[in-house]
Amino acid sequence: MLNYALKRLGLAVVIVSLAMLMLFCMIYLIPGDPASVALGPRATEAMREALRIKMGLDQPVWMQFWNFYIGAWSGDLGKEVLSSRPVLTVVLEQLPFTLALIAGGISWSVALGIPLGCWAAVKRGSLADRVVGILSVAVIAVPSFVIAIYALLIFAVALRWLPAIGAGEPGNPGDQILHLILPSLAVGLGWVGYIARMVRASMLEVLEASHIRTARAFGLPERQITYRYALSIAILPTVTLLGVGIGQMLSSAVFAEIVFARPGVGKLVYDAILTRNFPVVTGAVLVTTVLFVLLNLIADLIVGALDPRVRSSF
Amino acid sequence: MSEAVSSPPARQSGPGRALRRLLREPLGVFAILLVALVVFGAIFADLLTQYDPTRINPRERFSPPGADHLLGTDQLGRDLFARVLHGGRIALYVALVSTAISLAIGIVLGLIAGYGPRWLDNLMILVFDAVKSFPTVMLALALVTLVGPSLTAVMVVVILVNVPGYARIIRTQTIALKTSEFVTAAQSMGASSARILRVHVLPNVIGPLVILASMDIPVVIAIEAGMSFLGLGVRPPTPSWGSILNDGFSNIRETAWIAVAGGLPIIVTTLGFTFLGETLRDVLDPRLKGRG
Amino acid sequence: MRTLAIDNLNVVFSTEEGPLHALKNVSFEVPENRIVGIVGESGCGKSTLINAVLGLLADNGRIAEGTIRFEGKTDLVGLSPDRMRALRGQRISTVFQDPMGALNPVLSVGRQMVNIQYRSGLSRAEKQARAVEMLRLVRIPDAEAALRRYPHQFSGGMKQRIAIAMALMMEPALLIADEPTTALDATLEVATIELLQDLQKKIGCSVLFISHHLGVIAELCEDVVVMYAGEVVERGTVRQIFNDPRHPYTRRLLECDPARQSRRTRHLPTIPGEIPDLRARPGGCIFAPRCDRAHSACAAPQPERDCGDHHFARCVLAREPETADGRA
Repeated sequence: MLNYALKRLGLAVVIVSLAMLMLFCMIYLIPGDPASVALGPRATEAMREALRIKMGLDQPVWMQFWNFYIGAWSGDLGKEVLSSRPVLTVVLEQLPFTLALIAGGISWSVALGIPLGCWAAVKRGSLADRVVGILSVAVIAVPSFVIAIYALLIFAVALRWLPAIGAGEPGNPGDQILHLILPSLAVGLGWVGYIARMVRASMLEVLEASHIRTARAFGLPERQITYRYALSIAILPTVTLLGVGIGQMLSSAVFAEIVFARPGVGKLVYDAILTRNFPVVTGAVLVTTVLFVLLNLIADLIVGALDPRVRSSF
Repeated sequence: MSEAVSSPPARQSGPGRALRRLLREPLGVFAILLVALVVFGAIFADLLTQYDPTRINPRERFSPPGADHLLGTDQLGRDLFARVLHGGRIALYVALVSTAISLAIGIVLGLIAGYGPRWLDNLMILVFDAVKSFPTVMLALALVTLVGPSLTAVMVVVILVNVPGYARIIRTQTIALKTSEFVTAAQSMGASSARILRVHVLPNVIGPLVILASMDIPVVIAIEAGMSFLGLGVRPPTPSWGSILNDGFSNIRETAWIAVAGGLPIIVTTLGFTFLGETLRDVLDPRLKGRG
Repeated sequence: MRTLAIDNLNVVFSTEEGPLHALKNVSFEVPENRIVGIVGESGCGKSTLINAVLGLLADNGRIAEGTIRFEGKTDLVGLSPDRMRALRGQRISTVFQDPMGALNPVLSVGRQMVNIQYRSGLSRAEKQARAVEMLRLVRIPDAEAALRRYPHQFSGGMKQRIAIAMALMMEPALLIADEPTTALDATLEVATIELLQDLQKKIGCSVLFISHHLGVIAELCEDVVVMYAGEVVERGTVRQIFNDPRHPYTRRLLECDPARQSRRTRHLPTIPGEIPDLRARPGGCIFAPRCDRAHSACAAPQPERDCGDHHFARCVLAREPETADGRA
C-alpha cells in the first residue's frame, strides 16, 4: 500500500512539474512582454524596465523558470500586482468557497446518481431504465453554464424560491447552504448522469456474479442482496470516476461562481483576467491543477481503502 | 477502448445499412431531426430571416417574442432569431474545423508515440497526462490572458483539450498493430516505417476514432459557447450562442427571453449531436459501448 | 420418507431462436438421509435442474410441467417467491462450484455468516458463536479470527469449506452440492468429500451431489442419476449403475472415465458426436444419433423401463444385461 502510494505520489509530482513548465512556457515564451501587459499601454519605458527587473525578466530564460519552479514548490506564487499580497494567500482565501461548491456538486451527483443507476439496473430493460438512460445522457450533454443560467432564471428570478447572488451570510450555515443549492446543482447535475450510467453498468455486472447467486440460494431478501451485497461492490468504480469528475467540476465551478456571483477561485481568476492581474491567474491555475492531481490521487487511494481485494494487493 | 481494433481488414459496414438501423431507433430519428434543424438554420440563415444579426435598433429593445421578432430582441434591439441562426454558423464552424485539426494532430502524435522508440512514447504519454491535468476552463482562462479573446483562442483550447485523448487512442492501437502478423510481414518485405503506418496501421485505427471525434462535437460546441459566454471567445458584435446567453444573463432581471434564446440552441445542438453519437455508436460499433 | 421427489419435470427456456426444452420428463427421488449423485457431461441440464429446485430459473425459463415435492408435501412448482425464499438457505442449502466467486468479496466472512442467519431469531453474539462453531466443524483454523477476514484471504479449499459451513449452518433437510470439488486439486477433493460425508452423518440431511466426476460419485453417493441432454437416461443404486449399466450412454460414460482405464491407453476413448440441439429434439431416443447400437425401434419415444429393484433405464435394450464382451 505504501509503495503504491509513493509511486502514485511520484507520478503526481512529475505531472505537476510538467504543468508548471507548460504554464511557464505559456507566460514567458508566447510573444508579449508581461511587464507591458501588466502595466497597460500608458506606462513609461522606465516603469516597464523597473517592473521587468522586479519580476526577474532580465535573467536568462532557464534561470527564470528555475526561480518560478522553486518558488512555486515553496508556496511562493508571486505577489498580486495591485495590493502586493502573496498570491498564495489570495488564492487560499477563495479556495474554501470553491471546495464547498464542488462538495455540493458531488452530493447532488451521488445522492441522485447512485439510486437512479441502481434502480435502472434492477429494472433493466423497462421503460424506467430507458428514461433514466436518456435523461443521464441529456444532463451530461447540456453544458453546466446553460444549466446554471436556466436554474437562476427559473428558481431564483421567476419563482424566487432560492437566493440568486453570493455565498450567504458569513457564520450562518443555514443561509450558506441555501445559497449553495442552485450553484451546486449546476455543477453536479451532469455528474448525476455519469454516476447513474456507471452504477447501472457495474450493478448489471455484479448482479451476474456467482456470489449473488449464492446469496439468493441462502434465501437472503432481495433488497439486502441488491443494496448490501451488490451495490457495495458496484459503487467502487464511482469513487475513481468522481476523482476525474472533480476536475470537470472545477471547470463548471468557474461558471457557477460567475453566474451566481459567488466568491471562489473561478471568480478570482475571471476577475484577475479582466483586471490583468497576471500572477493571480497563474497562481490560481497552478493551485487548481495541484488540487486536481491531488484529488485524483486521493480517489485512487480511497478505492484501495474501500476494496479489501485491492487493499491487500498493494 | 484498448482493444477496439485488433484485426485487419478495416471493419466494413455498409453506410446504407447503418442508416436504416439508425432510423429504426426513435432516439436516432429525434437526434437527426435536432441536428438537421441546427444545420439547416445555420446554412440558410440569410434566407430564413431578413434581419441583420448585428443591426442595433434602440427603439425595439427587449421586445418579447412575437410575429415581428420570432424570439424577441435583446438589450440593443437586435433580432434574437437572426442572432441565433448566425450564431449557429460560428458554433458549427468552430466544431468542424477544430475537430478536424485535433484529429490530424492527434493521429500524427499518436502514430509517433505508438511506433517510435519507447522513451519518446513514455515522454509523450506524460505530456498528454499533464495537459489533461489542467481543468479546461483554467486552460482557457490562462491562454486568453496571453493572446486575448478570439475565435482562434477558442480553437486552440479545443485542440489542446482534444488532442491528448485522440493521440492516446491511436497510440494504443498502433502498439497493438505493431506486432501483428501483417505489419511484421510488411516489415520483412522492407517497407518503410512511414509506408507501414500509412498503408497498414492508419486505415485500421481511423474508423473508431472518427466516431469518437464526432461524439466530441457537443463538447466542442460547449467550449465555444462557454468561452464566448465568459467574453473570452467571439468578439462582439459577432453573434455567438454564448454571447447571447451572456446578454441574457446581464439583463436577466429585465427579461428572461434573451437568456432563453441563448440557451435553447445550445441545448438543442448538444442533445442532438450527443443522441446521434450514442445511437450511431450502438448501431455501428458495439465494441465502443460504455465509453464516457 | 423422501426429502425430494421430482416427477415428470419439464423446463423450457424461450430464446431468440425459439423455445429450448432444457429438461424433459425428469423424474427421480432423494430419500431421507441419503446421498444421491447426478452425473452427466456439461450441458446435460444439471444446473437447470438445481435452479428449478431452488426457484432461481432465469427470467426466460419456466417449468412447463411436473412437480417437485419437498419433504413429502410442499410442491415447489408454483410456490410463491416469498415462500420459496423462506425455504432457501433454511431447509434447502446449496454449495456452488466456484469457491473463488461464491462469497461476497467486500463483506467479511463473519458478516456473511451472520447475515444468512437473519431468520433464526438469535442475538448477534449467538449468531457469531454459531458461525464459529460451524467454522470449527469444517476445520478452519483460528475460527474467531477467520470471522473478521475477507474471502480473498483464504485459499480455494478453505473457501469451499467455508461455503459448506454456511450451507449446513441452518441444518437444512437437503443440501445441493453443485460440483463442489471440481475447482479443487485431487488432495483437497478427497478431503472435501470426506468432510461432506462426515457432516452429512452428523446433521442427518439428504444430499443431492452433482458431478461429472464418476470416481467422486462412486465414492460418495448411494444412488446415482445419469443425465443426458436434459433427460434422465438411467437411475439406480451406485452398485447397479457402476456394475450393471443398462443404458448405452452410461456404458460409454464409464468407458470414458480416465480412472477406470486399466492400462495406459494412447487415446482416451470419447463418445463420438455432440449433444443434440435442444431447440430441435429428435422424436425418439435422445441418445440414438450418437449410439452405436441404435436401430429402428429407437425412433419412437422412450419411456423409462424398469430393470428391477428400483433400477430404471430409458432404452429399448434396458432389460438385456451386459454380456462379457460388452455387447448384448
